[in-house]
Parts: sequence; C-alpha cells; structure tokens
Amino acid sequence: MEIDRPLPNPMTPEAKPYWDGLREQKLMLPKCGACGHVFWYPRVACPRCHARSIGWIQSKGRGTLHAFEIGYQSFNKAFKVPTPYVLAMVELAEGPRMLSNLINVEADPRKLTCDMPVEVVFSKLTDEVTLPLFQPAGR
Amino acid sequence: MANLRDLSNVACIVGVDESDEMGTLPHKSQLSLHVEAVTNAVRDAGLKVSDVDGIFTAGQHSPATIGEALGITARHVDGTTVGGCSFIIMVGHAVAALHHGLCDVAVISHGESGRSQVGVSPRRDTAIPGQFEAPYGFGPAPTMFGLITTRHMHRYGTTLEQWAQVAVSTRKWAALNPKALRREPLTVEDVLKARPVVYPFTVLNICLVTDAGGAVVLTRADRARDTAKKPVYVRGLGEGTEHVSLTQMKDLTFSEATRISGDKAFRMAGVGPTDFQHIMLYDAFTSGPPIMLESLGIAKRGEGVRFFEEGRSTPGGSLPINTNGGGLSYTHTGMYGIFPIIEAARQLRGECGPRQVPNLRTSLVNGMGGMLSAAGTLVLSNEA
Repeated sequence: MEIDRPLPNPMTPEAKPYWDGLREQKLMLPKCGACGHVFWYPRVACPRCHARSIGWIQSKGRGTLHAFEIGYQSFNKAFKVPTPYVLAMVELAEGPRMLSNLINVEADPRKLTCDMPVEVVFSKLTDEVTLPLFQPAGR
Repeated sequence: MANLRDLSNVACIVGVDESDEMGTLPHKSQLSLHVEAVTNAVRDAGLKVSDVDGIFTAGQHSPATIGEALGITARHVDGTTVGGCSFIIMVGHAVAALHHGLCDVAVISHGESGRSQVGVSPRRDTAIPGQFEAPYGFGPAPTMFGLITTRHMHRYGTTLEQWAQVAVSTRKWAALNPKALRREPLTVEDVLKARPVVYPFTVLNICLVTDAGGAVVLTRADRARDTAKKPVYVRGLGEGTEHVSLTQMKDLTFSEATRISGDKAFRMAGVGPTDFQHIMLYDAFTSGPPIMLESLGIAKRGEGVRFFEEGRSTPGGSLPINTNGGGLSYTHTGMYGIFPIIEAARQLRGECGPRQVPNLRTSLVNGMGGMLSAAGTLVLSNEA
C-alpha cells in the first residue's frame, strides 16, 4: 500500500520506547519516576520537577477531542490523505495532549464538537512506523 | 535593586520606514529588502548609516550579515529569534543597550521574501514537528492557529461571523492606507464565502503572504531631540514566552506569554490596560487580535471580538486597532512584527493623513511569535 503521509523524521532516541510501543499496538507515554507527572513529548528531564528518572506507562488510549480543524487542502507534498480530513488535538485521560487525526467520522464541523470522547486506532505505515490515530469512542 | 521603571522613556524611536517596494518582488533578495529598509529608516531619522553602531535582526540573517551588507562595523548585536514578534521584543533590547551605552544608534531590521522565497533556506531542528506533527498533516501556521480558534469557539461561543468582523474592520483601515496591498471593500459574507483553507479559516481569515522589509531606528532620549522627526518615546516594554508546540500551551484560549509581556510593559509605563487610544496587534489570523485583547486584560475573556463587531476598532471608532490595514490587508511577510511598530510611530507623529487617529498620545503595540508562543508589548508615546 502506498504511504499516504510523511513518515516521522527524525525519530529521536528519547522517543524510542514510544515508537517501539506503537509497533505492538501500545500507546506509551513518558512518566516521571520522581513526581509521577505523565507528560508529552518525550524528553530527558521531567518538565515539572526536572528529575531525570523518566519511565513509561501504557495509555488506555482514551481521551477527548480538545480542539480540531478540517483540512481542505494538503500542506505537504507527502501528505496525500484525501480532503477533507480532520486535524485533531487529543487530550488523553492520563493528562497529556497530542496532535493526531480523527478518522472514521465525517469531516464536517457540524458533526464534530470539542470535548467529544475519542479512542486510539493504530495505523501501521511501515514495518517500523505505526501511528496513533483517533476515532469517536465506542464505534 | 534594579527597577523596571528606570528604562521608561530613556530611548526613542527616531526613524521608521519600509523597503522601497512591498508585495510580490521576485527581483529582490531578502538582503536587499533589509538594506532598503535600513537606509530609508535612517534617512527618516535624519541620520547617516555610518551613525548606526547597534544592529538587531531576527529570522534568517544574523546581525553580522546585515552589518556587512550596509558597510557598518557594529559594536552591539542581537539576533533573538522567537517568531514574528522578535522585532517588538528587540525594541526593548535596544532600549536597554542604549541606556547602558552598549550602542548609541540602534537599528532593528527586517527583510523577508515571504512570497517569492528569494534566497530563503529552511534550517531548523525538526525533531518535534517532524516527528509528532507532520505525519498528521500539521505544518504551516493555519494548521495550528485553527486549533486555538475552535477551542475558543467551544469555550466562549465565538462565531465565524464574529471572526470575520476582524477582517472587515481591518480592511476599512487598509482602504485609507496607500501602501496597503488589499484595499477593496470587504463584507462578512465575502469572508465566510471565500475559499476554505482549513476550518475555521477561509483564505480571508488568514494574513497576506508578501515580500517586504521594514526598519526602526532608536537612540537615547537626549540625542533624539536633534533628529529630524518628532521622537516617539518607549515608555513601557515587555516580553515573554510560554511554549512552541501547541500541545504544551496551558490554555489554548489564553496567551500566557502575551499576559506576561503586557503586565510588564504596563507596569513600566505606569498605565492600565484600558489607557490606550490606539492599538496595533499582530493579525496573522482574524482570531488573533481578539484573543490578544483578552490576554492583555483589555477585554474580558471571550469578549475581545466585540471591539470589532461593535465598530470600536474601525475608522471613527473609540479604539482604533490595526490602522495600517494589518497583516490581513496591508502586508505580511512571515515575521510581521516590525510593521506594527512603524505604524504606531507614524500615528504618534501625526503623519497618517486620512487614517490619522486624532489627538493621539499613547499607543500600544503587541505581537505574537509562533502560535501565541512568544509575545512582545510596547507602550509608545509622543510625550516623555
């Protein structure tokens, strides 16, 4: 199948457990071993208490649509997902927010509302890269 | 102990100007836009380029490159780059440098081939956007600022019609500015029915993309009395940064960087957020200025858009906003922040003809960098 999106580049060493987890259909999040803060994106020190003991937890993959947009054109030659598509900021139940796409939904602003419940869907692009996309919860 | 107010009114903007041309300029490199803007602004001040000994610039060129192109050997340089508001922030840096004698004549320069891309090279660390944003189609600013906008609509019930009023108000000012690129009349319906780019934005909710330069010259207040034009005093200044990636912004509907920069500038100037008769805000998107008014404490949260909807911001209104026609209708190169400073200085000098705000004493300039990520605020006055 043709890859319809830009592959993540670069894939940083700090994010290796995240990309490794996705290959096994697990959404992994960094968690501070000192203060317990679950955060996004991966980094070497906790952004709250600055401890360096960063561990990882598996997210339940549920959250809410914090904000959204509908793309009526592609802004990158390598992004070939058919228009219109939904650009999403998801707030995970564990706390962090991440950017993704909302799929399996009509890309119509009248059908979408901020704070609607969403759940993760794993989308394998290559043997190395699986992306976490989201869909309305309970589909 | 250091006191912020020690920097109030110690330096003045004494020269401002744009490049010789603005718009679509495939025949000019970015460096030429810098050189045109600086030489024009220095002439406006009644000074010589050789008087300049402090160079401030942001973006693709280092201040050393600008100095070399102008044939200046600088003794103070600053290249702080935190997005489009960098030039606003640099006014503060220049005031501090002048006050402490690090330089005597400071120039802040901008030149960007935003439309024609002559000599533009993308060079930055893409670890976060390349890894966690681009795979989903995120990239240019409209794919980010829309998130701020839909969250605001959800939280406060703001509507597409209300955002469109910002474009309409700004276009009314552009019609009065011969240098504005888009001057034809505009209605709310025109904005709503224009080509959709990324919901909630049609193309008319998004700034222009142009080629242009701009420059601002500053010197200490004692020396400013001898320059060609009426000096514009920098009475208050402030800067702040919060995030870069939007996932790290605490509240999408409120800019903490903007609040911090405003609080500092107002405190230094000894003014309150409602003490202005003229405001210049960074309008990359129609939803930006209302959210900036809210973050600065000028409007209640969720109510910034009323300034535009009720006509207060328009020609003849009680609080003129973006009187040059803004990034939406006058010019927007990519890093727009030099241009609102230029307009505020011209308004305070009384040079603006049909768009002149009458009896103006104090003007506010506020701009963002990135997606409300960084901010700079200036309180400018034509009296010490």
